[in-house]
Amino acid sequence: MSQDTYIVGIHMIDFGRYPHRTPAQLGAQAALEALDEAGVTIHDIEAVFSGSNYTTMIGQKILQQIGQTGVQIINLVNACSTGASAVRMATTAIRAGEFDTVLCVGVEQMTGLGMLGGAVPGSIPTEGILGSATMPAVFGESGMEYAARSGATFADFAQVAVKNHHNATMNPKAFLRKETPLDMVMEAEMIAYPLTKLMCSVNVDGAAAAVVMSEKKVKELGLMDRAVRIRASSMASAPWQERDPVMHDVNGPTRLAAQKAYAMAGVDPKDIDLVELHDCFASVEIQHYENLGLCGDGEGVKLLRDKTTEIGGRIPVNASGGLLSKGHPIAATGIANMYEIVQHLRGHAGERQVQGAKIGMTHVVGLGTSAAVHILEKM
Amino acid sequence: MTTTTELPRAAFPFIVVDDMGRPALTAQRCTKCGATYPDSERMACGKCGARADALEAFSPAMEGTLHSAVIVRRGFPGVEVPFISAVVDLDGGPTLKGTLRHSGFELDDIQQGRRVKVVFDDALGRQDKNGNSYIAHHFEPLSA
Repeated sequence: MSQDTYIVGIHMIDFGRYPHRTPAQLGAQAALEALDEAGVTIHDIEAVFSGSNYTTMIGQKILQQIGQTGVQIINLVNACSTGASAVRMATTAIRAGEFDTVLCVGVEQMTGLGMLGGAVPGSIPTEGILGSATMPAVFGESGMEYAARSGATFADFAQVAVKNHHNATMNPKAFLRKETPLDMVMEAEMIAYPLTKLMCSVNVDGAAAAVVMSEKKVKELGLMDRAVRIRASSMASAPWQERDPVMHDVNGPTRLAAQKAYAMAGVDPKDIDLVELHDCFASVEIQHYENLGLCGDGEGVKLLRDKTTEIGGRIPVNASGGLLSKGHPIAATGIANMYEIVQHLRGHAGERQVQGAKIGMTHVVGLGTSAAVHILEKM
Repeated sequence: MTTTTELPRAAFPFIVVDDMGRPALTAQRCTKCGATYPDSERMACGKCGARADALEAFSPAMEGTLHSAVIVRRGFPGVEVPFISAVVDLDGGPTLKGTLRHSGFELDDIQQGRRVKVVFDDALGRQDKNGNSYIAHHFEPLSA
């Protein structure tokens, strides 16, 4: 008999540069804080779902740091959806009735990696021949496709960075915490038009962890005071579209995952109080307004221009500052987005608190493509 | 044993080079659902799942329409910038990605709907570790 699942402890370390620490240490720090917040120990954990794109067997390496209890560990590699995939796996395993208490961890150490999106492997380097495979180019192409469809401009895309960087000035865990006025964003180094450097998320080191628990166990341990219910945990890959596989599609899988999540939770977009979505590049945030159903198709630009997605607006998006400000340690991001929502639902988000938040949504997209949407609620 | 050949090689699986060294585009079309692919040996159709025997090779048009493009200003070390990274819908399919050359670098130059043609040229002088040269496709503006 399936049952509801809850996040009872969650933590993200301050994202930044940790050249003298190992990925396992970063993950261990996040995991220990999540365990402490949940009020449980490593001996209560019955299974681990962990993920990293650049470190193999990360779960085992973390448990070597914090307690080798011999439990099942499954490591995931699912690009930018890795951390959310771990939570998705935890919810399905708990709902299947196999476990009551599961640890999820996402870790990435990225200092020095440089611009991501290497050339396609082959006989000769193809960058500059096969267009560009860098992430700014790939997301820029997706953004220009959206611009042709919607009328979005370079300035609209830049405004997303202005908004999210402003939010980050109120988030001590963000890597980039400074105001970036519109002209500063638009005049920053152009990486791939329409994306300047301030419209690209930063490679940082980071880790985030969550303890996910069955409803039965939450009640048994008396943890309902801190428990945040996972009302939906949904994932999708890219459904075929006519430009596959030449153009990566971040829209289709997000739409599928969102539709499934709304159905699972039994809520409408109007019930969502705030959203943390995958703004790896500024332009794609507006695309995801539409993909997640926060507005109708073609209305994303209006939603931004009307300030609806600012803190204080009807549906604040990326109150944390988003990936653009926090930084984007690939496998940690999915759980870090949940961390932000949990802070708001508990009323612990400080200056950037979204007042009266009851239901929040998280979203990530891993290029390739994999999208994950979660809907969280504090009773 | 030498692996160097006189004839240049195709840089990508959607380019074929004949015995005379003449390059051409090749693509696959699904006879069940009509989906097209810039490829020469797919295992099955990604849209409908039909197996390889349902896929037929065809020679796509050498002209198409710009679907989306960006102006790349920062590249990897050794890659000359700026250049235009372009996604082009060939007339009749498939969609092909490549570099648009002989173009300016203004917003107008990357507008959706711009007509382009495909030309073949050396792959920017790049050679593999055995010294082989490669032929690649390039997009160029189609003059009115």
